[in-house]
Amino acid sequence: MSKLGTITRRTFLVASAAVAGGVIFGTYKYKQPVPNPLLDSEAAKQPDFASLNPYIKIDQDGVTVITPRAEMGQGIHSTLAMMVAEELDLDWKTIKTEHGPASNSYYVSTMMEAMAGHQYDHSKKANIIRDLTHIPAKFMGMQITGGSASTSDGFVKMRSAGASARLALTLAAAQEWGVKADTLKTEDGFVINPANDEKLAYTALAVKAAAIEAPADPPLRDPSQWRYIGKSVARVDIPAKTNGTAEFAIDVKQEGMLHATVKMSPRFGAGIKSSDTSKAEAMAGVEKVIKLGNNGFAVVANNTWRAFKAADAIEVDWDVASYPADTAGIMKVYEDSFTTEPNGTFDEKGDVELIFADAGGDLVTAEYRVPHLAHSTMEPMTAVAQVKDGRVDIWAGAQSPTGARDAVMAADTLEEGTVHIHTTYLGGGFGRRSENDFVLSAYEIAKQTDGKPVKVTWSREEDMQHDTYRPAAIARFKGVMDPKKPLAIDVQIASASIFLSMSKRSSMPNMGADPLIAEGTAGQPDDIENVRIRTYAPELDIPVGFWRSVGASYNGFFHESFMDELAASKDLDPVAMRLETFGDLTPTGNKVVEKVAEMAGWKGRKGEDGGGRGFAYTLSFGAHTAQIIDVSMTDRGIKIDKVYCAIDVGVAIDPRNIEAQVQSGIIYGLTSAMSGEITFEDGMVVQSNYHDSPAMRIHQTPEIEVAILENNPRITGVGEPGTPPSIPALANAVFALTGKRIRELPMNRYVDFV
Amino acid sequence: MSINTKLNVNGKDHEVSVEPEMPLLWVLRDEIGLTGTKFGCGIAQCGACTVHVDGQAIRSCSYPVGQIKGKVTTIEGLGSPDVMSKVQEAWIEAQTPQCGYCQSGQIMSAAALLSANPNPTDDDIDRAMAGNICRCGAYPRIRAAIHAAAKSMQEA
Repeated sequence: MSKLGTITRRTFLVASAAVAGGVIFGTYKYKQPVPNPLLDSEAAKQPDFASLNPYIKIDQDGVTVITPRAEMGQGIHSTLAMMVAEELDLDWKTIKTEHGPASNSYYVSTMMEAMAGHQYDHSKKANIIRDLTHIPAKFMGMQITGGSASTSDGFVKMRSAGASARLALTLAAAQEWGVKADTLKTEDGFVINPANDEKLAYTALAVKAAAIEAPADPPLRDPSQWRYIGKSVARVDIPAKTNGTAEFAIDVKQEGMLHATVKMSPRFGAGIKSSDTSKAEAMAGVEKVIKLGNNGFAVVANNTWRAFKAADAIEVDWDVASYPADTAGIMKVYEDSFTTEPNGTFDEKGDVELIFADAGGDLVTAEYRVPHLAHSTMEPMTAVAQVKDGRVDIWAGAQSPTGARDAVMAADTLEEGTVHIHTTYLGGGFGRRSENDFVLSAYEIAKQTDGKPVKVTWSREEDMQHDTYRPAAIARFKGVMDPKKPLAIDVQIASASIFLSMSKRSSMPNMGADPLIAEGTAGQPDDIENVRIRTYAPELDIPVGFWRSVGASYNGFFHESFMDELAASKDLDPVAMRLETFGDLTPTGNKVVEKVAEMAGWKGRKGEDGGGRGFAYTLSFGAHTAQIIDVSMTDRGIKIDKVYCAIDVGVAIDPRNIEAQVQSGIIYGLTSAMSGEITFEDGMVVQSNYHDSPAMRIHQTPEIEVAILENNPRITGVGEPGTPPSIPALANAVFALTGKRIRELPMNRYVDFV
Repeated sequence: MSINTKLNVNGKDHEVSVEPEMPLLWVLRDEIGLTGTKFGCGIAQCGACTVHVDGQAIRSCSYPVGQIKGKVTTIEGLGSPDVMSKVQEAWIEAQTPQCGYCQSGQIMSAAALLSANPNPTDDDIDRAMAGNICRCGAYPRIRAAIHAAAKSMQEA
C-alpha cells in the first residue's frame, strides 16, 4: 500500500477543534515524538549532561524535572514533579524543578477537551472525541497555563516521562553490569542489582542512558503501588517563598539594568491628542521618555520610583473612547444585545415556550447582573527585557511563554530562535499573565535602550486600569417547577466575547459562537426536560480576558441563584432539589452534594443559631464542586462564618495542596461577590488601587473546610473550580439570613459585610 | 535633590545618594538590591512592602527614607536561607505560601506581632495582619502558621 494511502486511512478530522484551529491534522505526524528543547540549551554542552526526554535533565548535581507550567501559586511544579518521581523512583528530598524554556514541545494536550462536548459526558464516544482533541492541541503547540488543565495534561505525560527514563537508566545499568535488565530494581535515584547489592546512581548512568531509545509510553504503575501520588509532599517552591529569595520578574537583576514604567491611554483604544513630556524628561534620574505607538509613553530611569514620578509628570490630552463613557452607557449596550441575533445556543431540549405558555402564575423570572472585574494580582505587571546583538531576552511571569515569544517575533518579523523567554515565578496569575501586553511593551522599550536590559514595572494604578477584564454579564431567566425539580429553564446571557476581544490583540482566531459566555450555565448536569440557553455578545473596545474560572465565574452565580429561587418558589429544600437533577451523573454528582450536606449538618436554610445557610453546586473544569456557606448578622454587618466545600477531582495528587487551591478559589470568588467591581466614568476605569477596589482580608476570612472525593472518571485540575459556587452560595446564604435576594454584584451595594 | 543618607539594613551599614522623600522600598530594591521586599500598591494598602524599623512593622512603600531613624530589618535579615527564623519555619511547616509574592510582608508583620505578643489570639492576629492582602487567599494557613510559630517560640 502506498504511504499516501496509509496516511489517508489514518487521518482524522476533529470537527469542532479543527475549525477552531483552522486546520486539519493527521495522526501520522501526531505520533512522532516532540523535539527535546533541552538539547538546544547551554547546559547541554557540558560533558556530563543528559536529557532523557523533554522533562528530565540529569547532570552531576542530580535529576532536574522540567515542569513547564507557570508556577503562580497553584503548586504545579511540585504536582508535576510528583508524577515524574512516582515512576522514576526519585527521593523527594533531592527533587529539583525548573520551568524550562518556551517551547511548543510543552503544549497542553487537554486544553481543547472542553470542545468535545460537556464535561459530564463520559460516554465512550465523548471520551474518544475528547482524546482526539489532543491531536490539534499538539499541532497548535500552545504552552499555556490555564483552564485548570495542567494536572490533567501532565497526569499521563509526566508519569510516562519518568517511566521511560527509568527504563533507559535500567537498561544502561544492565549493559554496564552485563546482566538482564529485568533482574534490576530502582530506588531513590539508583539502579540496584538485588543479586549482589551493587548500585549505580542515575547521575553516573545518565549519559549512557541518553543513547538508549526507550519507548515513550511504557506501562505505568498501578495506583496501588503509588508512593507519592495521593500523599502530601513539601512543595519545592515554598522555602524560597519564605526567605525572600524566590525570583519574580520584578526581582530579576541584570548587569547595567535600567528601570522603567509605562503611562498608557486611560481610554482603551484612544490615542494621544497632544502631550508635553518636557517636565518628565528634565526630572532627576530620567534617561528618556519613549512614545509607545499612539497608546502612551514609557519612562526609562535609574530607579523605579523616579520613573513613576516622571510618568506622573507627563501631560497628555487623550482622545475620546469609542465606547460609551460610563457604566450605565456600557451596560445599555449589554441590554441592547438581547435584541440581536444570539451568538450561540446551548443545551436545547424539549420545548420551553410550550411549557411557559401554560405556566400562568407559576412562571418564575429573574434578571442577574455582574460587573467587569480586574485580576489584581499582587505583583503588578512586570517584565525585564534586553535587545542586543540580534537577540531578545525577556524575563517574565508568563502564563503563555510560547504566546509571548510568538507575539514578540510577530511584532518585528524576527527569526525563529532569536527570542528567548525566561519564565520566572508569577506574583499571581489568575489568567492575567496569559496576555502578552506587558511582555510586548517591555520589548518595545528595550529596543530603545541601546542594548541595556530594562525592568518595566507597572504601577498598581496602571495595572488596575489597563487590565483585560472579566467581562460584565447579564442573565435573564425564566423557569417553571415540577413538584420536586425544575420542569423548564430558559436563559439568555449577554456578555462580551473573550475570544473576539483576544482576536483583536493576538493571533487567537475569533471563533464566532463563544462557548465561554455560557459555560457554567451550559454544561450543568441538569436532568431537566425543557432547557434553552441563548447567548448574546455585546461588542465594545474594552479588553476582556480570562479571569479565574472565566464564564463560570458569573454563570455559577446566575445559575445557582436561579436554582435557589426556583426551590424557594415551591418551599423546597435546595439540597434535596439538586439531588433530583443529576440524571446521567448519578451517583458521582449526588455524592458531592451529599458530602457537603453531611459536613455542614444541613437541615435547611436556617442555621441553629439563627444564621443563614446558602448552598450551591457548579460543575466547572470537569470538577463537581458543592459548597455551603454560613452567615450571621452582627452589629458591623454580615459575617461569613464558615464555608464547607466538597469537590470531586478524580485522582487527588496532593490533598494538602488541593485544599489550599480550593480555599484560594473560594476567597477569590468571595472577594468578587462582596466588593469586586470595575466601573467607568469619562471612558476611564474608576478604580485605581486597593483602597477603592478592596480585596478580602484575614479578619473577613471564614474557616473553610474542604473534602476531596475521587469518584470522577477523569482527573481534573483544581485552580478554578472552587470559585464559581462560592459566589451564589454566599448570595443564597444572605437570602436565607435576610430574605433579601441579591441579583446584582457586588453585594456591598445592597448589604454591609464585616 | 539627592543627598547622602546612611542606613543600617540587616545589621549592615549602607550609604546611598537619593532624594530624602524616596520611599524606603525603592532604596532597598533598586539602590541596595534587596528584592525580598515587594512592591504591591505604593499607598500602604496591601502590606507587601512590610519591613521592620527597630522591630516595628512599617510599610516601606510609603515611608520616606529621610525619615528613617532606626535599624531596618527586611525578610533577608529575619533569617538566612540556611537558618530560618521560627516564624519562617512555621510558614514552611504549614505550607503557607501560594504564589508567594505577599509572603515577605506577611511574615514581617507576623514576626512583629509575635515579638510584641508571644501568644496572640485570633482577634490579635486579625488586628495585626489586616493590613496585609493575599490575593491567593492563603489566610487560613497564615493564621495557622502564626499560632504554630507562637507555640514553637514558647517551647524554645
